[in-house]
Amino acid sequence: MPAPTNAQLVEFYKDMLLARRFEERCGQLYVQQKFSGFCHLYIGQEAVSTGTLNAIRKGQDYVISGYRDHVQPITLGMSAREVMAEMLGKSTGCASGRGGSMHMFSQKLRYLGGHGIVGGQVPLAAGVGWKIRSMKEDLVCLCFMGDAAINQGQFHEALNMAAIWDLPVVFIIENNLYGMGTAISRTCSLNVLADRAKGYAMRQAVVDGRNVLNTYAQMYEIIEETRKTNKPILVEMQTYRFRGHSMSDPQTYRSKEEVERERSQDCLQTLRDHMVANGVATDDDFDKWEEEISEVVEDSVVFAEESPEPELHTIYDHVLAP
Amino acid sequence: MATVMEMPKLSDTMKEGAVARWLKKEGEKVTAGHPVVEIETDKATMEFESPASGTLIKIIVGDKQTCDLNAPIAVIGKADENWQEALDKYNSKKKGGAAAPAKASAPAAATSTTVAAAPSASVTPTSTLDRLRASPLAKRVAADKGIDLRSIQGSGPNGRIVVRDVENLTGGAATSSVAVPGFSAAPAAEMEKVPLSMMRKTIARRLVESTSTAPHFYLTISINMGPLLAWRKATIAKVSEAEKFSVNDLIVFLVSRALRKHPNINSSWQNDFIAQYNSVHMGVAVALPAGLVTPVVRHADKLSLVQIAQKNRELIKLARDGKLQPDDYSGGTFTISNLGMSGIEEFTAIINPPQAAILAVGSTVATPVVNEDGDVEVEQRMRVTLSCDHRVIDGAQGAEFLKTLKTYFEDPMACLFMG
Amino acid sequence: MAVISYREALRQAMTEEMERDPTVFLMGEEVGEYNGAYKVSKGMLAQFGPMRVVDSPISEAGFCGLGVGAAMVGMRPIIEMMTWNFAIQAFDQIINHAAKMYYMSGGQFPIPMVIRGPHGAAHMLSAQHSQCVDHMLVNVPGMIVISTVIPADAKGLMKSAIRNNNPVCFLESEMTYGREGEVPDGEYLIPIGVGDIKRKGEHVTLVAWNKMVYLALEVAEELAQEGIEVEVLDPRTLQPLDENLIFESVRKTHRLVVLEEGWGISTIGNYIVDRTVTECFDELDAPPARVHNHFVPMPYNETLEHEVLPNRERLIAAIKKVMYR
Repeated sequence: MPAPTNAQLVEFYKDMLLARRFEERCGQLYVQQKFSGFCHLYIGQEAVSTGTLNAIRKGQDYVISGYRDHVQPITLGMSAREVMAEMLGKSTGCASGRGGSMHMFSQKLRYLGGHGIVGGQVPLAAGVGWKIRSMKEDLVCLCFMGDAAINQGQFHEALNMAAIWDLPVVFIIENNLYGMGTAISRTCSLNVLADRAKGYAMRQAVVDGRNVLNTYAQMYEIIEETRKTNKPILVEMQTYRFRGHSMSDPQTYRSKEEVERERSQDCLQTLRDHMVANGVATDDDFDKWEEEISEVVEDSVVFAEESPEPELHTIYDHVLAP
Repeated sequence: MATVMEMPKLSDTMKEGAVARWLKKEGEKVTAGHPVVEIETDKATMEFESPASGTLIKIIVGDKQTCDLNAPIAVIGKADENWQEALDKYNSKKKGGAAAPAKASAPAAATSTTVAAAPSASVTPTSTLDRLRASPLAKRVAADKGIDLRSIQGSGPNGRIVVRDVENLTGGAATSSVAVPGFSAAPAAEMEKVPLSMMRKTIARRLVESTSTAPHFYLTISINMGPLLAWRKATIAKVSEAEKFSVNDLIVFLVSRALRKHPNINSSWQNDFIAQYNSVHMGVAVALPAGLVTPVVRHADKLSLVQIAQKNRELIKLARDGKLQPDDYSGGTFTISNLGMSGIEEFTAIINPPQAAILAVGSTVATPVVNEDGDVEVEQRMRVTLSCDHRVIDGAQGAEFLKTLKTYFEDPMACLFMG
Repeated sequence: MAVISYREALRQAMTEEMERDPTVFLMGEEVGEYNGAYKVSKGMLAQFGPMRVVDSPISEAGFCGLGVGAAMVGMRPIIEMMTWNFAIQAFDQIINHAAKMYYMSGGQFPIPMVIRGPHGAAHMLSAQHSQCVDHMLVNVPGMIVISTVIPADAKGLMKSAIRNNNPVCFLESEMTYGREGEVPDGEYLIPIGVGDIKRKGEHVTLVAWNKMVYLALEVAEELAQEGIEVEVLDPRTLQPLDENLIFESVRKTHRLVVLEEGWGISTIGNYIVDRTVTECFDELDAPPARVHNHFVPMPYNETLEHEVLPNRERLIAAIKKVMYR
């Protein structure tokens, strides 16, 4: 694995900063009632998206995810404008206002969607793996899911099929310790979630998802191994969300101390410290990037707010494909 | 103060009215008591007088349009008066509010009929339809054909009128239809739709009512007409033109006299009693191109033969001219239907409700008869058939009446003596 | 034109399409080595190999979801459900994923996929193996639902279904896999959404599909002896439904009977009656009648099963009722 260059480090940092500021702005817009429905923020988990998705062949390898899906398409290259417009349900959104917070899609980026049924996307990833195998492509499919998805039947069915047919799928459990408001330790008998793979004689790995450099390095190895062997793998990605499950979450299930302890390992601060220590950037650079990112986020909000609503006569568009 | 003119009820059996034509145009002066419109009832077309003097400011129901009874048909007032205001005031006063709108169907040419002479229950306009059960298709077909669904007995569940009931009434398939195996309607190309006149509708309704409610039985007797015809021939040769009489006049005369002797035949079924009439008001069926009319010779049993002949001539002319008035065709107590002049030797007639009987008269035919000595002779014979409503008349009573009738016909002197 | 069985017609359609398009594959329980639970896919493994005729684990939700994912990235899966009863396991994939994907992605990800298998009651299979789900499926926008057991229709519609760019639920019947009929050779496509008059008649429109078409035709012949000419209309596609064909027929006959399997509540029959009464109100001479299952789980006992299912006796009674006979 080639070590990330300084330019890549800057890129990683700016990607995570954009994710952080974008999600913070989403939270503000939500409480201002600029949009409604669901809003599952990614704050705290940025290193997972940045570290993992920079380790794939963007636009070629496939990525599919659950409903905490605002940030991954941005890492893949989607503009903040398209995501924000989708948040606001506008016709310029990445799903033309039909999907919303949980359903970001991009055919071009091979981002196969945010999906709203816990575990429902896991068999879909097996299907993508089936296509890669059938067409003998040199590609992989990444499948993100929350920790609670591993208790769904479809998760097991999909892992079983991926294992028996050697489907090149990297199944990634983003273990942020809570399935909605319930600690995963209360709903799963395993201490190591990746041990689910043992039931299917599947490769497994546990990855530190709080440090983007670790994440990138480990995921790069895993992805390339999968590409080479077509053997699927179950990755437990250790991470933490600083915010509630959704905007309406009072977070009574965890202590403030726990949240503060996690915040002390904030992926943004960790990378910043690394870059300063290694002379990659100065405080001025970080201030400049903060300003830059702030402009990108504000631009996305203005764009989304000024974008037109989908027209009523288009209501039947996209029900059936021609 | 404007006056709203309503569709008058001009006969007991009238269920809706039609304007045949307005005699005045909108804007013309009208005078109270002078004819302003011709109304077509189920029986006749009659002039109807203006209820007020002034200007005919609005015609609501135009020529050839029908409407419910008592629905407003015109507004009469001062030339500059607002007819809409007057109509609104009239409607709000009238319980139930809205005026019944004119219906689109055009009635057929006016004629008159006395198929019905009986009083009928008063009819509530418009709302009756709400209580009718009819399939949507039956309603549509009935509306297309101008058939009043109220005249139809439904054969479906809960008396629902279904399309076959409408078609049975009109005797043809209105839609690509169904129903009875073995029955297939003629292709549409081979038929012509004949619109129903008010008269035709009334005949249909009354006769269906008669056959479905009055249990009929029939008695036939053969009469030797030789002596009577010889007497008539000799007599009319001697009298003036005004005093001449037909065989039909003779029949009316003699039957009336016989009925006086048998009041149980000259009667009617009234549901909770039987009405026996003291006078004979003789209905005489007259065939017209548009249908059947039955003008009534009042007090026929008290008129002389010459008077009967004159009255018959007068009524037939009125009938042919479509000028019969309700008094001319209502209140009959018995009916004679004579198809003898058409060469029909014998037939049965349907009773004209609520009368209890009708006499069907065939033609007089030279017939070989075995006489008392066992020899065969040729006689001029006429066969008459009495249709009786068994609710009123029993077989023996009918037979007694026919025996009297035979005696009067074969021996007119006996009529003088007995009648 | 060859006379072949219904299962052969389905196989012919799938085989021809798999020869034509390398992205088409068949996956399901026992479709390969076992030749299919009902021998529909007999011989296909030998012809196409294990990457295109795929024996799946008994994981209906799993392999149905696999089909959805494969379809998202350009494959054209045919997912065989051993029966539609088992497909209820996969309803999350069918309803939440397959049917919604094209819409909620704003038109970016069509799902060209066929989910097929026998549907409805067979014979003494009892409560969990005798269900009708057609009315559940037609209630979901974003899918096509085809239900046919006539060999020629099965071939023409299966080929159209495989080529269609949407999820197509294809409902078959165990009871009719062996029934034969004339089927055109080679390229034969029937457009989706077009119904067919199986028997002309002027007195009553009888709408029936799947194996009920056979019952409808038998009863129609029987009633013709009594002078009642029944028009048997097979919509073939249930979503979208060929409503106009039904309306045209009812405008001619003025009477409607719908014969369907299933429990009769919020069903396709309900919908057909609703639409017909709305569109043809003035044409109707009788309230439409419906014949469907009794509202009970399917009993095992043969006599009870016959009574629960729509049968000849109840169909004749319904037709006579709308005829006022």
